[in-house]
Amino acid sequence: MGRYWRTLRRFWGTAVAVQLEYQANVLIELLAVAMSLSGSLFLLSLFYGPDQTLGGWSWAQALMVQGLYTVFDGMATTWLRPNLGAIVTHVREGTLDFVLLKPIDSQFWLSLRTLSPAGLPEIGLGLGLLAWGSHQAGVVFTLSSFFTVLVMLLAGGLILYSLWFLIAATSIWFVKTWNATEVLRALLASGRYPLNAYPPALRLLFTLVLPVAFLTTVPAQVLLGEAAAPMLSAGLALAVLFFAAARAFWLFALRFYTSASS
Amino acid sequence: MIQVEGLSKIYRVAEKQPGLAGTLRHFIRRRTRDVTAVQDVSFRIEPGEMVGFLGANGAGKTTTLKMLCGLIHPSAGEVQVAGHRPQRRQAEFLRRITLVMGQKQQLLWDLPPMDSLRVNAAVYGIPDAVARRRIKELADLLELGEELTRPVRKLSLGQRMKAELLAALLHEPEVLFLDEPTLGLDVNAQARVRQFLAEYNRRTGATVLLTSHYMADITALCPRVLLIHQGRLFHDGPLEALADQLAPEREVRLELESPVSADDLAGLGRLEQLEGCDVRLLVPRDQLTAVVAQLLDRFPVRDLDVTDPPIEELIGGLFRQGRV
Repeated sequence: MGRYWRTLRRFWGTAVAVQLEYQANVLIELLAVAMSLSGSLFLLSLFYGPDQTLGGWSWAQALMVQGLYTVFDGMATTWLRPNLGAIVTHVREGTLDFVLLKPIDSQFWLSLRTLSPAGLPEIGLGLGLLAWGSHQAGVVFTLSSFFTVLVMLLAGGLILYSLWFLIAATSIWFVKTWNATEVLRALLASGRYPLNAYPPALRLLFTLVLPVAFLTTVPAQVLLGEAAAPMLSAGLALAVLFFAAARAFWLFALRFYTSASS
Repeated sequence: MIQVEGLSKIYRVAEKQPGLAGTLRHFIRRRTRDVTAVQDVSFRIEPGEMVGFLGANGAGKTTTLKMLCGLIHPSAGEVQVAGHRPQRRQAEFLRRITLVMGQKQQLLWDLPPMDSLRVNAAVYGIPDAVARRRIKELADLLELGEELTRPVRKLSLGQRMKAELLAALLHEPEVLFLDEPTLGLDVNAQARVRQFLAEYNRRTGATVLLTSHYMADITALCPRVLLIHQGRLFHDGPLEALADQLAPEREVRLELESPVSADDLAGLGRLEQLEGCDVRLLVPRDQLTAVVAQLLDRFPVRDLDVTDPPIEELIGGLFRQGRV
């Protein structure tokens, strides 16, 4: 375990060093995050006049959902996109060989090799938005609500990671899977509005097939006291299930890997 | 150290007709075909040996190498490397081998090699002090200095390859698989890499299996050669024996004082060329001395030259003819 921890520190140390090699890039990414967030807030505000609701959600409550979405989007930028996007490159260029020849778990390497600090402000902004929206919506902060948020974020992050990793792992067969990850990102974007804002068919899809609902709407509901604690456990169970599936699928995919020809 | 028994690999490849229609047809109904990349290959390599692995492009060298590393599962046959079955890719096995690929790199492009080395040290669980000592030793051997602290993208190809070697050898592997380690390097850099490999082998007693397009790599480093052709092992033994096998005859060029006729030369090897005073004969190796003695005895020889066709040409010719 100590070896993995030391490796992780080296991974992220080098990742930050790479980012700092390109200072301008960091600034541009920060700018892009600010623009994207203000854009989506503006869009959200269009739905709301005074005292209006969207699918039964008030402005403040919708902001909570938007905050949660922003946190996950930041997670994707910081963690998922740089790492899982690189899997495709590894397969295409045959450098996956180097990863597989290291005496370390290949999924660990591929999932945590790098880190893009550009998404960190987004995560911060999202958390701020969540806190502010919760305050406005009259959520009383307690230790248990704090704990709830933490667990839901972890579970949501794990679900998102597992889905993304599953798609990235298929690149072993199809080599090119950018399109599929783009679809996933678009689906994640559907999580920026409360679930009730969608038609019932989509609601079903987002809950049962692609659990986007568990990323944003359900945590907000739990915080608002509208969904009971069992939902929390359901989210956690779902996260464990998805992670186990991703793991099993990776081990299966590796058996088929024949490595790109030199 | 390496035992290979009846190793085969069959790939399933997609067959696609060219053009849009072919692409569409391929998209709807994929046709596949089995291609045998490696067929019934067996050999043993003892600890500390340096073995050259020859073959044309697509002969099955890289596929074999990847099966030995455990990157590809064999379709049939048994492989043992350092007492392990490679395809299980146990950590214990991976710590004892390394793979260097001349056309792929593991070093991080934007960072100095030192950063990648530190990552590798952590991955292999090498304590910092030990890693520092090894890096220094290897860097001295490879004549790398401040290059280790310059971003990889600013290094020359030769420097980069040396840094790649350092990264691949940091964990002191006992078995080295080198796939075209000198590819694209200039003559000097090639020589330096060769020297380093010879020295590394001498110091550590590591087993080395090396593929290369440059015959000089093989002649300089490998007393023993495996030649693979169309997936089959065609030769396993010393390089000279391969030359004998490929070219059982040597070429004798004569310049005579006066013209001779073909009849005069009967029984003195195979006549390749006769133009007045210039004669070219192909003589079996075992009769060479006798024939040369007779030639000198019977004809007024002004000049005599015996040449061995270069091994490179022999192998090249072999592949072109598809003679095997």
